[in-house]
Amino acid sequence: MRNLNSGPGRLAFVLLPVLLSLLLAALLVLAVGREPQEVLQKIWQGAFRNTRSFAGVLNFWIPLTLASVGLYVTFRAGLWNIGIEGQILAGAIFASAGALTFDFPPEFAPLQLLLQILLGILGGMVWAGITGALKIWLGVNEIFGGMALNALAGVWGIYLISGPWYPEGGSAQQSRPFLENALYPPLSREWPVGLLAIAMTAVAMVLVPLVMARTRWGLQLKATGSNPRSALLLGVPTSRVAMSAFLVCGALAGIAGSYRVMFTYGSFRPLVAGGIGFLGLLVVLLSTMKPLWIPLIAFVFSAILAGSTRLRVSLQLDSSLAGVLQGTLVLVFILFQGLRQRLEARRGDQAGDASQASASSQSGLTG
Amino acid sequence: MDIELRNIHKRFGPVHANNDISVVFPAGRITGILGENGAGKSTLMKILSGYQPADRGDILVDGEASRFSSPEDAIEEGIGMLQQDPLDVGAFTTLENFVYGRPERVLPDWQAARKDLEEASAHLGFDLEAEAPVERMSIALRQQLEIVRLLALGVKALILDEPTTGISAEQKQTLFAALQQLAHRDGVIILLVSHKLEDVITLCDKVVVLRDGRRIGEEDMPAPGETDPATLEKIKSQLVHLMFGQELGPHVRLDVPLDKVVLQLDNLNLRDRRLQIENLNLSLRQGEVVGLAGLDNSGQGLTMRAICGLESVSSGRVLLEGEDMTNRSYRSFLHRGVVFGAAGRLEEGLIAGLTLTEHMALVRSERAVLDWPALESYTRDSLKHYDVRGEAEDRIEQLSGGNQQRVLMALLPANPQLLILEQPTRGLDVESARWIWQQLLERREGGTAILFSSAELDELVAYSDRILVFHAGRVHEVSDVAATTIDELGYLIGGEFKQV
Repeated sequence: MRNLNSGPGRLAFVLLPVLLSLLLAALLVLAVGREPQEVLQKIWQGAFRNTRSFAGVLNFWIPLTLASVGLYVTFRAGLWNIGIEGQILAGAIFASAGALTFDFPPEFAPLQLLLQILLGILGGMVWAGITGALKIWLGVNEIFGGMALNALAGVWGIYLISGPWYPEGGSAQQSRPFLENALYPPLSREWPVGLLAIAMTAVAMVLVPLVMARTRWGLQLKATGSNPRSALLLGVPTSRVAMSAFLVCGALAGIAGSYRVMFTYGSFRPLVAGGIGFLGLLVVLLSTMKPLWIPLIAFVFSAILAGSTRLRVSLQLDSSLAGVLQGTLVLVFILFQGLRQRLEARRGDQAGDASQASASSQSGLTG
Repeated sequence: MDIELRNIHKRFGPVHANNDISVVFPAGRITGILGENGAGKSTLMKILSGYQPADRGDILVDGEASRFSSPEDAIEEGIGMLQQDPLDVGAFTTLENFVYGRPERVLPDWQAARKDLEEASAHLGFDLEAEAPVERMSIALRQQLEIVRLLALGVKALILDEPTTGISAEQKQTLFAALQQLAHRDGVIILLVSHKLEDVITLCDKVVVLRDGRRIGEEDMPAPGETDPATLEKIKSQLVHLMFGQELGPHVRLDVPLDKVVLQLDNLNLRDRRLQIENLNLSLRQGEVVGLAGLDNSGQGLTMRAICGLESVSSGRVLLEGEDMTNRSYRSFLHRGVVFGAAGRLEEGLIAGLTLTEHMALVRSERAVLDWPALESYTRDSLKHYDVRGEAEDRIEQLSGGNQQRVLMALLPANPQLLILEQPTRGLDVESARWIWQQLLERREGGTAILFSSAELDELVAYSDRILVFHAGRVHEVSDVAATTIDELGYLIGGEFKQV
């Protein structure tokens, strides 16, 4: 078991899937009649050719990392928070409500910004809280509750831009553009990215793993996620702990949603969540719950996605090719994880025969 | 068809669950397999029905050695087992369940199947309705369905595991009549796994008794309809002796003064899927130890869980030091010093994947920010004190069962009011078990009341001030433990309350 977790064994299980998925992706590109090298190059250029394109990568990385860190918390508590997408959208809606309502004088602009972000946090927490309440008190599986709330947030968004937020003289695609006061201030012209959002993301990605490792709450989350029944018997308030995980995740998703409307688009539109939540699920799965990997994996995903927008212009390839590449990567990776678990289980069987046998004797000896 | 088992061995780690068992099951006979918990009955039947392989030994069907690697193999050879919880598909109807195990075709012939089902049901005096959804059927009906289904698959030997648990007296009559008909008229081999004396005496032609994994003996049963009380009595006492064997150890109650009442159960009514417990009354004083006897699933587990808020109470009251705590959450019990320890340590109690230090931190740390170095050294001291063979950074599942139980002891609060322990020494060697009791008795001297269940009569008699015997949800109290005998307890556990 040990040599899969450390040293060359572990490295192989990280590198092999990357190489294999690159190979598969190359074959795929060859199949559509392009040079793999060329496609890779274009994606690279799309992501990193200048500061503005790099900022584009970061603008995707910010909400993706926030959502992923939030999901890390809910996963730790043993929860499949599929509803994250709706939580991002709810955060976006709440933040937009603030953006479209407030108009503080310039000297109070920071206060307005703060209020809007808080509204976004509140929106995400409300949506996550509903999922949590359904799960904890009514026994509705969080996957189903989350899916329903995702749909509900989507419908609500569509209603808002075709009704209350319908822009004068516009079309029902998006709300009217937000005023400058209502936006995250960009770093500079060359670096169009919200510094405040980067700061919040950085804090989240450092603070959350630290809290998990060092606080009683983090330990209680882990206990609840591993075995809720035993956790309860050991005195962990499992309901409260599960609820808190939802709320923390909702808050982070809410910030992500606020960034999407208050920076990326500068207005509200129904598809503002853009699958970031679902992508976040993949990021966390790939990280194998090692939180330090989350920002890195999120960065790779962001670079591929942001970079591939150039494919259409330069190679007349649809940018969805990037999605296919990413999907291949994820599939191969998950395949290897499954393989690794199997190998570990087999070795565990051999090594821990005695302890396993005594466990099974308890179940086998009921007669 | 005849079945013979020859020199069957099966080990689970240190436990020799089946030790050189040889037995013959002739066609057309009903054989009872009798024994207390852990005697090896279920293990032997699982081997015979293909759910698990034997380590050594042979299964001979009509004199020919057979090897089963799955229940399907066994069914193909004509051996089918009826599980305690019938393995049906809840969302299906009776007819759909009847059909789905059939191997031959992709598209079933529904009409023919319905005819088969109805004929088989009528033949055995069952009342199965083809369109009834299984999830709304009683256990008795689901058993009937499973019997009919297995017979339709060509089974010539039918194993029933505790089939009379959870069914009514009338349903039991129907079942027994059908089984007798199957054996004596159709020549089917019937094997009845049971711990109920009354059942095996009424139904079986012959009874094989297992104890500690060995075949201890065999008794022929009287002809059906035997009513002479003296004959029945003699057979019962022979069976009880075979089942429980050795004489009891001494009752070693130390003289701890019993103080004020800690727990009081007031006309408690409980129920789960199989069992109903009515009007349970009990009062437990500080420093008192009450043992719960009975075979698995006779109601001890349900009672212990209901007392501390882990199962709901239908009616009646649970009073803790006079305060009504009925249906409060486990956490509120825990705050009042009531701790429950389940038999399945890694399912209920400990958390696989967490280290020993993490376990300790969960129960001991008062602070929001954990001081890991301090917790680690605390854990190390604690492990030394409780003589746990394991390191603070080991994950709990890496420890042996005995050491896991020691860790559970270490995790208990210092002075609990009431300890509710389900089979606290299950699966432990003699030395570990003695050590656990030493710990428990120390706590008792500090005023802790203890309620525990056990499958070991010795343990119950040695440590209990009083014993409650559970049988199918009924409860009988043995208040003078020092004067009790193995026979008395044996009868009670087998459901023969009137003998006492």
